[in-house]
Amino acid sequence: MSDLTTPQSPTLQSPALQTPSQTVGPFYGYALPYTGGPQLVAGYHPRAIRFHGTVTDGAGEPILDALLEIWQADESGALSRELGSLDRDGFTFSGFGRCATTIAGHYTFTTLKPGAAGSAAPYILVCVFARGVTHHLFTRAYFAEDAARHETDALLNAVPADRRDTLVCVSEGLVGGAESYRFDIRLQGENETVFLDFDA
Amino acid sequence: MSHTSSPASRLRPGTGASSQDEINAEIVAIEADAAARVAAGGSPELHPRRDYAPYRSSLLRHPTHELVRIDPEEVERVSPAFGHTDVNSLESDLTIQHAGEPIGERMTVGGRVLDGEGRPVRHQLIELWQANAGGRYVHKRDQHPAPLDPNFTGVGRAITGDNGEYSFTTIKPGPYPWKNHVNAWRPAHIHFSLFGNAFTQRLITQMYFPGDPLFALDPIYQSIADADARARLVGQYDHSLSVPEFSLGYRWDIVLTGPKSTWMEGEDADE
Repeated sequence: MSDLTTPQSPTLQSPALQTPSQTVGPFYGYALPYTGGPQLVAGYHPRAIRFHGTVTDGAGEPILDALLEIWQADESGALSRELGSLDRDGFTFSGFGRCATTIAGHYTFTTLKPGAAGSAAPYILVCVFARGVTHHLFTRAYFAEDAARHETDALLNAVPADRRDTLVCVSEGLVGGAESYRFDIRLQGENETVFLDFDA
Repeated sequence: MSHTSSPASRLRPGTGASSQDEINAEIVAIEADAAARVAAGGSPELHPRRDYAPYRSSLLRHPTHELVRIDPEEVERVSPAFGHTDVNSLESDLTIQHAGEPIGERMTVGGRVLDGEGRPVRHQLIELWQANAGGRYVHKRDQHPAPLDPNFTGVGRAITGDNGEYSFTTIKPGPYPWKNHVNAWRPAHIHFSLFGNAFTQRLITQMYFPGDPLFALDPIYQSIADADARARLVGQYDHSLSVPEFSLGYRWDIVLTGPKSTWMEGEDADE
């Protein structure tokens, strides 16, 4: 009779057991990136910034199949509750962006510089997915001009001084009419980026 | 157990040199290590190891420093808003995206998205992508010489319902070869991407099919060293989801982390 028993999924209990992560793999390119994903605002927005960098592996080689997501507050420090992250209208700031790296391992977002949300210094939350990355990696991109606020930021104070710079964008000044911030992400090795485990 | 290698002439550039037997030995050793840690009183590992040598691509792509454990700020405690104005309801049917019907075993995959307390994750984005019935992705870097199906792209999106429920209509994907080692094959799977109510709940994972003979040989599935944890990635045949004279049903519930439930997160999980 056991052949006639319909297998049941494990009974969900409270609290339920997490579903494990798996790598995004190499073949998401036709599925996850979408038109406008890297453009949280239009490039001609008067306060648009360029937020970009290269993702590299432990050998220093660029990772050409990484997928990055960013999530951030608006200029006033507010988190958007607006729809339209996937179907952009060109004006609504939803705070979310997604960008696949190029064959040079490079990513570029067009966005606004976030204001401070809560007690933390302003930052852009970055989530990294890639083939070979079995569980996504979170990091934060802070801005050098907010140095005064960095002194009281919980994360920056928790990180050893010699690794703190990996969390701060390099200010490149005006490039093509927009303030440019470079945030390279090194998954492993020299100057390895600080990655986060949220006590959530 | 012995595995016959493919003729070298068939191997494409970039194929790892290890045999399946060598990979299997590494997998078994790591699983034994994980089991020993649990036997010594440790928490079971809920997620894959980031440094999992049998999956060769992880070697240079895992951080060597421990992750910095930190309380989430407001940014991490909320999530982007998605809704029905972002996703057309027809995007959950992968069999109607072209002029004709895709080839393959038609199926309905459904379940619920829950948080760590068992509460439904309502009105959030769920994305899925997969290979076609022959095991080929519509991706320019997929060179597996199986046919593309002009009637199948393999991409779907949906917004979860009031009870966290979702349902996709698609076809069963085929297994496919990859270059991790000689004669490496991925078990059939569907990729899923999920958002919760907090960005800390973000998850990308894969759903598998019951009884797949490739499970024991696959270093991606096995990167989750705890057998109970990786079994949570296997959907179950569910006759109540089968649609008469149309599709076979599979149920797969997805549980995100937290909020406030990472008490389960073992110290070992991110080593």
